[in-house]
Amino acid sequence: MKSRRTLLAAAVSVFALAAGPVAQQTVQINGAGATFPYPIYSKWFAEYNKLHPNVQINYQSIGSGGGIRQLMNQTVFFGASDGPMTNEQLQAAPGRILHFPTVLGAVVPVYNIPNVSAELKFTGQILADIFLGKITKWNDPAIAKLNGGLTLPAGDITVVHRSDGSGTTYIWVDYLSKISPEFKKRVGVSTSVNWPAGVGAKGNEGVSGFVTQTPGSIGYVELIYALQNKISDGSVQNMAGEFVKASVASVTAAAAAAAGQMPADFRVSITNAPGKGVYPISSFTWLLLHENPKDKGQAKTMVDFLRWALTDGQKYCADLGYAPLPDGLVKLEMAALTKIKAS
Amino acid sequence: MRIRETWFRVGTGLFGLVLVLIVVGIGFELSRQSLLSIQKFGFSFWRTGTWDPVSGEFGALPFIWGTLYSSILALVIATPVALGIAIFIAELCPAGLRQPLVFLTELLAAIPSIVYGLWGIFVLVPIVRSLEVWTPPALRQLPFFSGPPLGVGILSAALILAIMVIPFTSSVAREVLRSVPAAQREGAYALGATRFEAIHATLFYARTGIIGAIMLGFGRALGETMAVTMVIGNSPRISLSLFTPQYTMAAVIANEFTEAADELYLDALIEIGLVLFIITLIVNLLSRLLIWSMANTGRRSRADAIGVEAAA
Repeated sequence: MKSRRTLLAAAVSVFALAAGPVAQQTVQINGAGATFPYPIYSKWFAEYNKLHPNVQINYQSIGSGGGIRQLMNQTVFFGASDGPMTNEQLQAAPGRILHFPTVLGAVVPVYNIPNVSAELKFTGQILADIFLGKITKWNDPAIAKLNGGLTLPAGDITVVHRSDGSGTTYIWVDYLSKISPEFKKRVGVSTSVNWPAGVGAKGNEGVSGFVTQTPGSIGYVELIYALQNKISDGSVQNMAGEFVKASVASVTAAAAAAAGQMPADFRVSITNAPGKGVYPISSFTWLLLHENPKDKGQAKTMVDFLRWALTDGQKYCADLGYAPLPDGLVKLEMAALTKIKAS
Repeated sequence: MRIRETWFRVGTGLFGLVLVLIVVGIGFELSRQSLLSIQKFGFSFWRTGTWDPVSGEFGALPFIWGTLYSSILALVIATPVALGIAIFIAELCPAGLRQPLVFLTELLAAIPSIVYGLWGIFVLVPIVRSLEVWTPPALRQLPFFSGPPLGVGILSAALILAIMVIPFTSSVAREVLRSVPAAQREGAYALGATRFEAIHATLFYARTGIIGAIMLGFGRALGETMAVTMVIGNSPRISLSLFTPQYTMAAVIANEFTEAADELYLDALIEIGLVLFIITLIVNLLSRLLIWSMANTGRRSRADAIGVEAAA
């Protein structure tokens, strides 16, 4: 009996010796948060793992709210969110939390009007009035006037919005609230809001599916869903008065325009950004990190990874429907990364 | 031997206790997690209809309405079909057809609800929409058929729930019917009953079990989440119209929980869970009462019958 126990102990220590060095080399980092950047993040983690086989980053796309909660409870190393954290949330956090914009996305108005092939133009005001339920017919004079006398059918407008809490909604209502004081007062800005009109569909795929099926409907989805599903997306008037369609170039232009007045903590909304060629319903998505994380080794790895993602990693953006960060912003973020206390 | 008996009793008793603990634990935990919302809104949470995460105003009434309305409609649609299937399989079906039919109903029960939801979006909703478009204007004046033809709404939700509930209700009802002692049927035939009358007698004998089967379906309809949220239109509204988009409790939790970062908002969502829990308990309690009272009247009527016989 005794000899067997000694044998067991010996075996265990041999295993420990064998496993020890390997365990030290492999770095596992867990993160959670927004679903919107999930495709690019998983691409990055996979590519980075090819370059550094010992680094394994796991990301759970459980939603921005969940990501923020888990980061504040320190059950994950990093969080990710489509809307910046609020001041109250930052104060409630156990330490300082830093925001790092990683990529840009755009939200586009998509519509389905039978027998109308011309591309529609929208202003923020018209979109706000449609989503407030004030403009209810497609042949409303405001829409006709803007679209150069285009005859639109007299049918009802069916408004489609997201039913689930979403960063996409946040960007959309953030823009409409900036344009329309009434929208700001009656609806406000959040990941889910109390919609005065319309039907709720789950997910970008739900909204795009509903719009494709329902004649006379209008909704909003992330750019990539409009492209993939080949739904008409209208152009939107920007601050300079131009009608711009969402594209990688026009979204990056929005970020470049905003980079001039970037606050030090990068918590900035770039909807309705000034400047030429800017698509007005654009936004960053953020990665959230503790400034003084518990595990300094993980911090080092994460900082290295972010340096790579913000530079070399940006080349994967366009294929996945995201816009890369402008160079000026990347420089600012590189400087901010040095604030993180890592070994 | 004695000791073994005692241990057996204590052991199974403990497992029974686990069940009680789980139910109490769920209720306790739901109340604890939704404390902020309970304190702030109190009973008005049950009575008010505003759901505004931006201003922090929360009321569950439209969700309670939508859940009950869609589930009751589903029950109305599903029950006759499910009982028909059960009676056919248990009583009338040729032996060779029985196993395939049983297999098919059980297959329906095994389909994940997300698949039902996708089928709902791509097949059912367009059909319902064209049905709504074809509804004559005279009918559209009625409160049950008002609103624009969207396809999504209470009607689609009730239909999809009915399809999901049918296999459950019919499987249980079928087993209940199968377990009716053969003597009951033989007795009926012996008295010269027709087949219809014999089945009628069997159904009467099995009525508590059948009510149980229907209630099981109702419970499932109340809690069904994924398929409903995909076709109900997700707008918190209280309307009798079958064509309007509405919302259910389970759907709002599934939709909004992931992005609820604000404390009060999160607590309000958990309180919705608590409300759903309480309503499910009440429904189960009521169905128990119903079964209990039916079983009692059954016994009494039989006793009366015996009494009559004895008197004669």
